[in-house]
Amino acid sequence: MSAPLVIRDARHWKTGERVDVAIENGAILSVTPSAELTSGPNELDARGAIVAPGLVDLHVHLREPGQSAKETIETGTRAAAAGGFTAVACMPNTDPVLDSPAWIEWVLNRAREARHCRVHPIGAVTMGQKGETLAPALALRNAGAVALSDDGRPIESGALMRHALEYAKLPGLPIVCHEEDLTLRADGQMNEGFTATRLGLRGIPSAAESVMVRRDVELAALTGGRVHFAHLSCAESLEALRDAKRRGLAVTGETCPHYWVLTDEAVADYDSHAKMNPPLRSERDRDAVLAAITDGTLDCLVTDHAPHTFEEKRQPFDLAPFGIAGLETALALTITTLVQPGHLTLERALELWTDGPRRVFNLPKVELAPGSPADLVLIDPDSTWTVDPEGFFSKGRNTPFAGWTLTGRVVATLCGGIVRHRDASAHSAAARERTGAAR
Amino acid sequence: MDRATVSARPAPAGAGFFAASASPGRRHLLGLEGVSRAQILELLDAAALYRERLQSGGWQSDALRGVAACNAFFEDSTRTRISFELAEQRLGAMHVTFGVAGTSVSKGETLLDTLKTVNSMQVEIIIVRHRSAGVPHFLAQHLDASVVNAGDGAHEHPTQGLLDLMTLRDAWDHRFEDRRIAIIGDIAHSRVARSAIFGLNAVGANVVVCGPRTLVPEEVESLGCTHVPRIEDALADADAAMGLRIQRERMEDGLLPSMAEYTRNWGLTVERVRLMKEEAVVIHPGPMNRGVEIMPDVADGGRSVIFYQTANGLAVRCAVLAWCATGDARAAL
Repeated sequence: MSAPLVIRDARHWKTGERVDVAIENGAILSVTPSAELTSGPNELDARGAIVAPGLVDLHVHLREPGQSAKETIETGTRAAAAGGFTAVACMPNTDPVLDSPAWIEWVLNRAREARHCRVHPIGAVTMGQKGETLAPALALRNAGAVALSDDGRPIESGALMRHALEYAKLPGLPIVCHEEDLTLRADGQMNEGFTATRLGLRGIPSAAESVMVRRDVELAALTGGRVHFAHLSCAESLEALRDAKRRGLAVTGETCPHYWVLTDEAVADYDSHAKMNPPLRSERDRDAVLAAITDGTLDCLVTDHAPHTFEEKRQPFDLAPFGIAGLETALALTITTLVQPGHLTLERALELWTDGPRRVFNLPKVELAPGSPADLVLIDPDSTWTVDPEGFFSKGRNTPFAGWTLTGRVVATLCGGIVRHRDASAHSAAARERTGAAR
Repeated sequence: MDRATVSARPAPAGAGFFAASASPGRRHLLGLEGVSRAQILELLDAAALYRERLQSGGWQSDALRGVAACNAFFEDSTRTRISFELAEQRLGAMHVTFGVAGTSVSKGETLLDTLKTVNSMQVEIIIVRHRSAGVPHFLAQHLDASVVNAGDGAHEHPTQGLLDLMTLRDAWDHRFEDRRIAIIGDIAHSRVARSAIFGLNAVGANVVVCGPRTLVPEEVESLGCTHVPRIEDALADADAAMGLRIQRERMEDGLLPSMAEYTRNWGLTVERVRLMKEEAVVIHPGPMNRGVEIMPDVADGGRSVIFYQTANGLAVRCAVLAWCATGDARAAL
């Protein structure tokens, strides 16, 4: 047995105290004030970086099986580790769809081989995500699925959605709802509003999302089922979620960095990197998303990491696919646009990426305490860097944030007590800055 | 005129591989949005001189000798395509034209590969029409050629906008100020309407748009116009009316109850046209649905300058092509 790994001189994400974290057999052995432990051979010098439970992303498209030109489980989970994530939940809209236990097991096996972070597969609600017949929720859960979703598509039939919610109660799985009325969306390409009108692009009204949120709030009330609303983007949806929570319903919701950072103006002159579904919305919607984050209406933040190939995105706007790569910019965007302007404390922001998502999917708790799994992230919250998609671990280079200068860097990511990502440049930059500040 | 001002807007900074134009020195006409009054008037003045030459008969310039132009029409077109071809010939440019049928586009080649191939054969100017809004911007970012937008989806049709302005300038004695035009019909799906609104705003005229609410896009007034629901209010004391083509698909899309309902409420009839000022004119980009959005007696009536528009189109395209090739709209005069 090797000596325990000791993370030296880290800052506790809640108390702010300097601590040393000792890790053995994948779990935390002790958390003690810095420098009390005797020096050991196996050390990681945090140099004052913040130590927190590893981030969790409940909404990631790993694209395997079947779409490995866009991303693989290997590259996607490597990108996750680089982004500070120790666990991701992957969506079943692959080819084939994850609607059978065999494919859930296949994904888990591939993820174990990749070893970069934990992967929690989400099973399909309906066979082939066709919205016709239910997928075997109990078998999917037994194989390892943590939730059900037809993400990428709505469940159009109200009756089928009702039955899915009822059936999922026994396996105890939440249903993650991609809310979209396809007739209201029609062949829309971006948010309905001035920019769409100016560019001559067909608009998607926010009601395409919110009418379905309202429907599923009522179905949650009818069935007592567990509904989790995916990638909420507009004011009306958030109002519906707020109402539902006031009624005491078992509903939760998530949003993504782009919905609080950008508006539909980012489409500018047909930039396909600003094309996602749901689309970037208006200023008013962006403000509503921000308010729902700060007032606790939203339970967690997710990336909706949706990698596409260079060729797919390098097309005229209406032919380019929806979606952006998000794993490697999420934490820095959170720090830069939520924490720095004072909307949230760093602790609260990190909760939305750690405790929040773990609660939503009922994943094992991770805390800085003896016995907890050593799924940890070290963060330098002051270090700035410039987004260069060419440096991404993800195959997806499709981000609207290329060239942005962001604050906050992942110094290291540990999953099960093993260092899965370490950013040497971040580390030295952080150390340099501190030395400079001390002078 | 430099590229940055005449193309509607520069590519957004920091947008990755879409950021830079393949060739910053090239001049593009991607739209009339953001084009200044002075720039528009320069093109219109040149076009008026080209029109004189053209009307004198037998005129042929060799100013664009050695310049190769490609008319890439991914969508059906008769008048615009012919007008560009004739302008290219009158200016002495080499030119090739292709449509979708019979090209490698129908074999699944990407739009960009097709036009890169064309571009690599030393084609300096690409005139493009495409059903997707934004295709001219896309090509301008990726090709080493001047790009002229000949109509992209529901976005813009800038040479049509210029010829409409030329027609109105003649009808309005060269004064755009204090003039008001009513654009009637399917604003939402019309690239002609957008170019007209941007162009008329630039030269100082007022625009009123009118049509069923389902055919008027969200926040249309932010484009620089006033939205008036009733045609009688839109036409009252107007200096011009522009009718837009109403397509049958709009009923299938559930946007219109029937053509008859449209005609009854928004059709350009002789009675309605009389609500305008006495010297007001009627224009229409064509092709017309006679008896739907415009009555035959209006189309052929004393106020119609519709057939005069087409002649102006040729002159405008001469000015635009000369400017794209040389930087001087009057280069071929």
